Amino acid sequence: MKRSKMMEFGVGLFMLAGILGVIFLGISVSGLSVGGGKNTYTLQANFANIGGLKSRARVTMAGVTVGRVENIELDTEWYDARVTLALDSSLEGQLSKDTTASILTSGLLGEQYIGLSVGGDPEMLADGDTITDTQSALVLEQLIQQFVANMAKD
Amino acid sequence: MMTRITRLGRHGCDLVEALGRAGMFLGQSLVGRPSAEGFKLWLRQMHFIGVLSLAIVLVSGLFIGMVLALQGFTILVDFGAEDALGQMVALSLLRELAPVVAALLFAGRAGSALTAEIGLMKATEQLSSMEMIGVDPLKRVVAPRLWAGFVSLPLLTVGFSVIGIWGGHLVGVEWLGVYNGSYWGNMQSSVDFVDDIGNGMLKSLVFALVVTWIAVFQGYDLVPTSEGISRATTRTVVYSSLAVLGLDFVLTALMFGELG
Repeated sequence: MKRSKMMEFGVGLFMLAGILGVIFLGISVSGLSVGGGKNTYTLQANFANIGGLKSRARVTMAGVTVGRVENIELDTEWYDARVTLALDSSLEGQLSKDTTASILTSGLLGEQYIGLSVGGDPEMLADGDTITDTQSALVLEQLIQQFVANMAKD
Repeated sequence: MMTRITRLGRHGCDLVEALGRAGMFLGQSLVGRPSAEGFKLWLRQMHFIGVLSLAIVLVSGLFIGMVLALQGFTILVDFGAEDALGQMVALSLLRELAPVVAALLFAGRAGSALTAEIGLMKATEQLSSMEMIGVDPLKRVVAPRLWAGFVSLPLLTVGFSVIGIWGGHLVGVEWLGVYNGSYWGNMQSSVDFVDDIGNGMLKSLVFALVVTWIAVFQGYDLVPTSEGISRATTRTVVYSSLAVLGLDFVLTALMFGELG
């Protein structure tokens, strides 16, 4: 009797571990979000060109990750990209109105991320505000085109 | 010459016959309503097939994840793309390595044991004595083992993936110094729950079906001698490994490939 109880317990534990494993894979590996997580607040930023930026990309400040890209959509009013950033709520009210957001690339072939740098404005950005000072992604083709055009002028 | 042609024909007929027997065997075992007694038998098999296979599967998963991270890092670092390590480890484990390697280990660890056990039952005429006293050996012996196999292998595959990803994290982040955020962040942005995890699980379910079916049928259908048992055990491992690898290509082509 005791042995069979132990066995049942073992099997139950095994199946529970399997279910927990699926949940871990879902949340931590594929990034299904079920609410929770850290408290964040959102900011908007419009970019003329986001290059290869994807949602869930990092948002950094002085190299430190402070949030993620939550959503990217086309703003049909200006025909530019409207990027929603989810930032750590400890930064709420700490970023000045003239904060700059630029799309940067880690390494030559690395992922693209957003770098923030603060300005000197005494007014601060609140939840849902828009960052106006943005710098688009570096698109290699445009760069080469410019370079070739300059070469031709010389 | 004539005898050769007749032998070829006989082999062909035998093959088709065996296939038919295997199909009927599977159908007869799986049809039937669940009972408390059957559940107990299933539980016992779950313990033997699933829980006791956990150790070998988890240890293999850990080492495969670690080696993937190590190999991936040495290549990715040349391109300055070591941030993509998490993505590489997770995708190769979830889509390919976890279902296939877990199924191969499962065939070796549990499949061969199933064949030998049922084969010995047949050789010592336990199965025919069961029939004598009016107990259907398909329901009593075969069905619990089949169901236990179908449930265990997908669960083992999940364990394999989880511990492999953790092993990759150990090597990549803790030892080689990949940034922890990009390991998980890149993984999360590239792994899709349905496309990658779901398809991986589907693969593993198909493998579970095939491996357990082959193992149990080989045991049930063998020539009841000691030589017959040893041959059937070998056949189980060989057939199920080939079936897993072959089916894996077909499934991959259907799920992820551009061939379909």
